This record gives sequence, C-alpha cells and structure tokens, in this order.
Amino acid sequence: MDPVAEKEIPLLEVKGISKEFSGVRVLDRVSFSLSRGEIFGIIGENGAGKSTLIKIISGIYHPTEGSLLFEGKSVTVRDAETAHKMGINLIPQEFNLIPEMTVSENIFLGKELRNRWFLDKRAMIEKTRSLLEHLRSDIAADARIESLSVAQKQMVEFAKALASESKLLILDEPTTVLTRKEIDILFEIMRQAKQSGVAMIYISHKLKEVKEICDKVMVLRDGKLISIESSEHLGVHDMATKMVGRELSQIFPPKAKPQEDTVLQVRNLSVPNCLEGVSFDLKRGEILGFAGLVGAGRTELAETLIGIRKKSAGTILLNGKEVYVKNPTRAFASGLAYLSEDRQGSGILTAFGITENITLTSLKRYSRFLLKKKEEALKAQEYVRKFDIKAASLKTRLEFFSGGNQQKVSFAKSLDSDPQIILIDEPTRGIDVQAKHEMYRFIHSLVEGGLSCVLISSEMEEVIGMSNRVVVMKEGRITGILTGDQINEEEIMFYATGLKGVA
Amino acid sequence: MTIKLLLSKIRRIDFEKYGPLFALAILFIISAIASPYFIKTRNLLNILRQVSYTGIIGLGMTFVIISGGIDLSVGSMTALVGGIMILTLNHFGGGVSAILMVLLVGILLGAGAGALNGIIITKGRVAPFIVTLGTMAVYRSLTLYISNAGEFRSNSNLYPELGMGAFLEIPNPVWIFFLLAILCSIILNYTKFGRYVRAVGSNDKVATYSGIRVDRVRFLTYVLVGVMVAVSALLLSSRLNSISSSNAAVNYELDAIAAVIIGGTAMSGGSGTVFGTVIGAIILGIVNNMLNMLGISPYLQGTVKGLVIIGAVLIQKKKKRS
Repeated sequence: MDPVAEKEIPLLEVKGISKEFSGVRVLDRVSFSLSRGEIFGIIGENGAGKSTLIKIISGIYHPTEGSLLFEGKSVTVRDAETAHKMGINLIPQEFNLIPEMTVSENIFLGKELRNRWFLDKRAMIEKTRSLLEHLRSDIAADARIESLSVAQKQMVEFAKALASESKLLILDEPTTVLTRKEIDILFEIMRQAKQSGVAMIYISHKLKEVKEICDKVMVLRDGKLISIESSEHLGVHDMATKMVGRELSQIFPPKAKPQEDTVLQVRNLSVPNCLEGVSFDLKRGEILGFAGLVGAGRTELAETLIGIRKKSAGTILLNGKEVYVKNPTRAFASGLAYLSEDRQGSGILTAFGITENITLTSLKRYSRFLLKKKEEALKAQEYVRKFDIKAASLKTRLEFFSGGNQQKVSFAKSLDSDPQIILIDEPTRGIDVQAKHEMYRFIHSLVEGGLSCVLISSEMEEVIGMSNRVVVMKEGRITGILTGDQINEEEIMFYATGLKGVA
Repeated sequence: MTIKLLLSKIRRIDFEKYGPLFALAILFIISAIASPYFIKTRNLLNILRQVSYTGIIGLGMTFVIISGGIDLSVGSMTALVGGIMILTLNHFGGGVSAILMVLLVGILLGAGAGALNGIIITKGRVAPFIVTLGTMAVYRSLTLYISNAGEFRSNSNLYPELGMGAFLEIPNPVWIFFLLAILCSIILNYTKFGRYVRAVGSNDKVATYSGIRVDRVRFLTYVLVGVMVAVSALLLSSRLNSISSSNAAVNYELDAIAAVIIGGTAMSGGSGTVFGTVIGAIILGIVNNMLNMLGISPYLQGTVKGLVIIGAVLIQKKKKRS
C-alpha cells in the first residue's frame, strides 16, 4: 500500500458501539474515527461511559452492538492480548506493574529477550535504559517497582507501552498523580510519539490539559455522544457546560431548614497525599453535599473523620468540643456514623443475615455477658418495616439480596448506633430508581428529626436536589462552598475542574 | 419450580450443618459392623478420652480459624506448659494446694504463650502461619532445654487421679471436653466476642468499618487457644504423671486443625461451629481406633488420617460450588 493511501484510512473507526450491563445501557451508539498521529480527548462526568468505551477498544469488554475497524479492517478485539498484538495499548489508571520485580523485568514481562536458553538480562537492561533516557527519566533500569514513586511508575507504564511499538495508546487519567513538571515531560513525550505517527486517546478530568494536548475532543454524557470538536474551537467553559447540561429528572423531597447550632467543625484537616487544609462546618439538621470528581478526596475525608485514616494536622470539633478519633470504634461512640460507598467491600457482611448486620456496630447495646438475641431481632424487625426491606427472613444471608435491599440494611446498620452525624457516601450507587427515591425520603426524614448529614455523591442531581449547601473538592482541597442559587451543575463543575476557586 | 428450588436450598443448608454428623453416623455404623468390639462401652469411652486432649485444643482452634488465622504452635505449647506444670507441682509438694497452683500457673502460661503469638501476628503484621511455625520451634526447644531433653516426672500420688479418674463411669477428660465444648459454643453463638470473631473472619474490612477492633479480636482468639492448650496439658500431664519433652503432644496441632476442618469450619474463615469440631475430633478418633482394631500398621495411620482430612475439604468445596 502506498503511504498516501494508508494515511487516508483512519487508524481506528468506532461505529455505533453500544454496551449494556444487565439491561442498563451505559454506552449508546457512539461513533468516531481516529487518524494516525492524532491525540483524541474524551471528557465526561463520572459514569458518562468513558471507561466503558476504552475498555471495549482495548478488548476488556465486548460491545453489545456496533463494530470496530482497525486500519480499515473490521476487527473483533477478543481480549487485551489481541488488542496488544494489534498495537493497542492501554495505560490504566491503576498500574499493572509487579511491585516485586525490577523496571526492566516489568517492561519485558511476557516478551523477554533470550540468548539461546537463558534470559538476556543485559540486553533487556540496556534497552530499558535507552527507553528511559528517551523519556528523560532518571529511573534506574534495575530498580524494583515498589521503590518507585507513583509518578515514576507512570513513566514505567509509558516506557512499557513504547517498548511494544504501539500504534494506538490509550491514556486514562494519566496526569492525576503527576506534578506540573512531570506533566510537561509527559506532554513532550506524547508530542514525540505523535510525530512518529502514534495515535492517542486521552481521558482526563483536567479540561485545561485536554485543551492543551488534544487535537480533537469528544464529550460523552450518560453514555451518549454529545459532540466531537477540534480543541482549537472549544473553550474549557464550553467543555464543562457540555459535560453537564440536563434537567433535574428526579423528585427530591423539599429541603428541610437546618437549625442554628453547629454540630461539627473541621479545621485545616490534612492527610499526606490525600487531604490538604480541609475546613467546614455542619449545622444540626443540615445536609451538606460534597461534590467533586473521582479522586477529589471526598471518601478519604469521610474515612479520616471516622478514624480509618490518620490525620497529620487539623482539628475536629463535635458540639464545640475537640475530639480525637483514633479508630472507628471511638468515632461511632462519639456520635458519628458512616455509610460506606463500597457496600460489599466495607459496608455489610454478605455472609451474615439482616439482624447480625444491623447490630454489628451497635452490638454492645445488645450484650450483657450474653447477647439478647430477642431484642436484636425486634430491632431488626423494626428497620425491616420502616425501610421496607424485602427478605424471606431476618436470617437470610445478604448475598441473596438486591443492591437496593442491601443498601437499606447497610443504612439501618449505620443508624442503629444512634448517631448525631451521619456521613453518607454514594448512597444510591448501583441501586434501582425506586430504592433511590426511598433513600432520599429516609435521609430527609432523618434530618428533619435533627440528624446532621454529610452527603458525598458523584451524582450531581442528588447533591443539588438534597443539599442545603454544597462543598466542592478537587485534589484533596476544598475549592468552594456553594449556597443558594450557586448550587447548579455548571457552577459545581467549574469548581470541581479547577476553573473557579482555589486550585 | 420455586418449591423445588426452595427444597434444594433447604437440603443444602441442612447438609452443610449436619454433614459432619452424617459422616460420623456412617462411620459409626461401618465400624460397628467391622468389629463387634467397637460398640463396647469401654472402647467408646476410650475413644472419647483419647480425642479429648486434641479436641479441647481444637475448640480454641475453631475460634482462631473462624477469625481467619491458624496456630501451629499448640503441640509444642502443650508440652512446654505441661512440663512447667509438673515442675510447679513438685515445687509445691504435690498436694491439693499444689494442684491448684498448677492450674493457675498453667492457665497463665498458656494464655501468655498464646498472647505472644497474638501480639506478633497483630502488632507485627506477620502471617499467623509464619509466626506460629516459629513459636512451634521455640516452645518445643524450650521444653527440651528445661528438661535437658529428658522427662518431667511428678512426685505426686494425688495428681494422676485428675487425669485417670472418672465421674459416673465417664473419664474426667471427656467431661471437661464436653463442658468446654458447650462453653465455647455459647461464646461463639451468644456473645459479642463470638459474633466479632465471625465478622472478622468473614471480611475484616467490613469489621473495621463497623467499629470492631479487629486486632484485639484476633489477639484474643490466640489467647483463648492458649488457655485451651493449658487445660489439655493439665489433663495429659496428670494422666501420664509425667511429660516427655521430646514425645509429648507431638503433632497435636495437626489433629486439632484436622478436627476443626473435618467439622466443617472453612479454612478461609468466617463460618464454622464448635459442635462440628467435636464431631471432627470424634471422627478422627474412630478412624484411629478402627485402624488399630483391624490390625493395620500404625505407620499407615497417618496416610488414612491425611486422606480423611483432604476428603473432608474436597466434599466441602463441592458443596460450595453446587
């Protein structure tokens, strides 16, 4: 094929790709094409379908409908290995490096160089060294991965992708862990790769960087393609507006008016690599929403408040008195409760029944030498009625429950210790609409009864529809606290992406 | 359709709970047919007495394994605690008060040895397998050192009555085994600690997020097994009126762990019953007894025991998958 013709055929063509997970459409007929040497940005809110799309391209998921053309030929990317052989490489958010092995061992994993029978270690180290030099990195080729910083690991991932002669590189949020200087180096390398004809898909929440490095930008929202435009003509404000921009489609109960007294004061709370100088107040009966993009540090904040993470600085005051939360036991005893975002990972025990889950945190109250199982069961019965938990019996293991019912049990569990303040983290993730509405109603009735609530959610509508005030976080800091009319999707997105507020 | 599904579910739950009991019943019937001597009361009581030493340790081991741990040091610990018990007995003259001192010293020592395991495991964040493999060597070596590789011999005439004696025809060790089994079953099912042990073994992250002090729960399971070791050491040393530093309680850890596993407790933690462990211990005892009575070489008994353990785990795995 002559070079001119080859250049005209797009490297990758995505045609009407859709993906459904158990009946839910997360990606809806998305099409685009990508030429050699092009850097293609994809932006969108959490859950817009970005990850699903790149997982389809790199062979991790299979599309429900639609087709992929690579170098003009229709292809089925069966698995990551197939994609790899075609020259498609994904640099994931979470690294795929083996910590106990060295840099060069990782780079040549699965494609080791050999001289007759034995591994040619010297050649591999030499090649690694030249790769790293090319990337202007000072990482030693024989350093163990576990001794490297996160940014250095990112470099190794990049070197690994380069070593296998990629045609298409997919970068998923590559700059979240990098400093500005390292980002500059990364962009420099990307431009070099671009020169040599490598196409790149670049996913990021940092809109300024997207504008800086990408040729084209695609906006996804709720799994649908909103627009593809040249980044020259697309300002960062337009990007943010396009990412949101929808009507509030869910019915929320009317907001209750918070009382005057402050129950929780957080001052300058810091956790290394996680939180920096976080300060806010929470009033009695208030719902304080926490918005931000994934990795903004909201869950980490909640975990610090309940003593799972150790703070390095700052004070926490409950009802005006400073408290030292050493561990969750202490936090719960002093009137805090936490509803975890990771329901099955840290919220409930799937091998336990309803009763045993609900009383797990508050078990002390049901125990005097022996457990008062009758009281436990009565209490559980009460929650089952109140929250309309559907189950064959109180002893049914939670693994047989739907997400919504599991969430209700998890909620009952955090409430049974009679908290004054409840930290709710992604309360409606993965549950159906009906259960969502119920959750909103429960939360609303609780704050009316004087409970105070920190509501962490990545669903904008939820934060906007429920909160009295909204705290927006970005990279471990609070960038803004919004009230009244300021609480809208655009404003939140501006603060969340760092276009407004303290960066 | 749904009724069928329900029925199959009920059947599965029942089998999970009573599987070991069925196995015991079948084994009992086969043994009774194979040898008429088997169902003689004396033989049955003898089997129960023989399994009570490792059975008692198995009760404590049940908690350790349900919480997600393991303790390999219990055999060596039994020898060490038993040896020091005899030294204490001789020191205080061998009378009733001496025996009470033995009980006190033994329980403190057992709890202390278990606490040492527990502290290294929880504070040092070292895998239980490694820690207890290490203390297994340490405890045995200390036993050998203290006795100069010989035997701890008691001078008391009263002491053996404890381990040799019987109440209502049933040997004392069997009484103690069963009483402790009831006690442990109550602890596991009707106390906060028992609930926490299961929660920690089921998912320690959820346990942490529920305000359970996971490390403390784990630590206490090792202390508990240490106390059980002390009771077992008391019964063993008083029956023999001596403890051999090199031979006493060798491989007890294997029998104790095997009883727990055969009893249906998952090696991965989270679930299990004390009742099952008692059954598991008795199954092991009957297997040994039958092999003896059928005149099978004692050298082959290990092979059979090993196959029984592996078989039990295989059956459990199958149950889970189906």
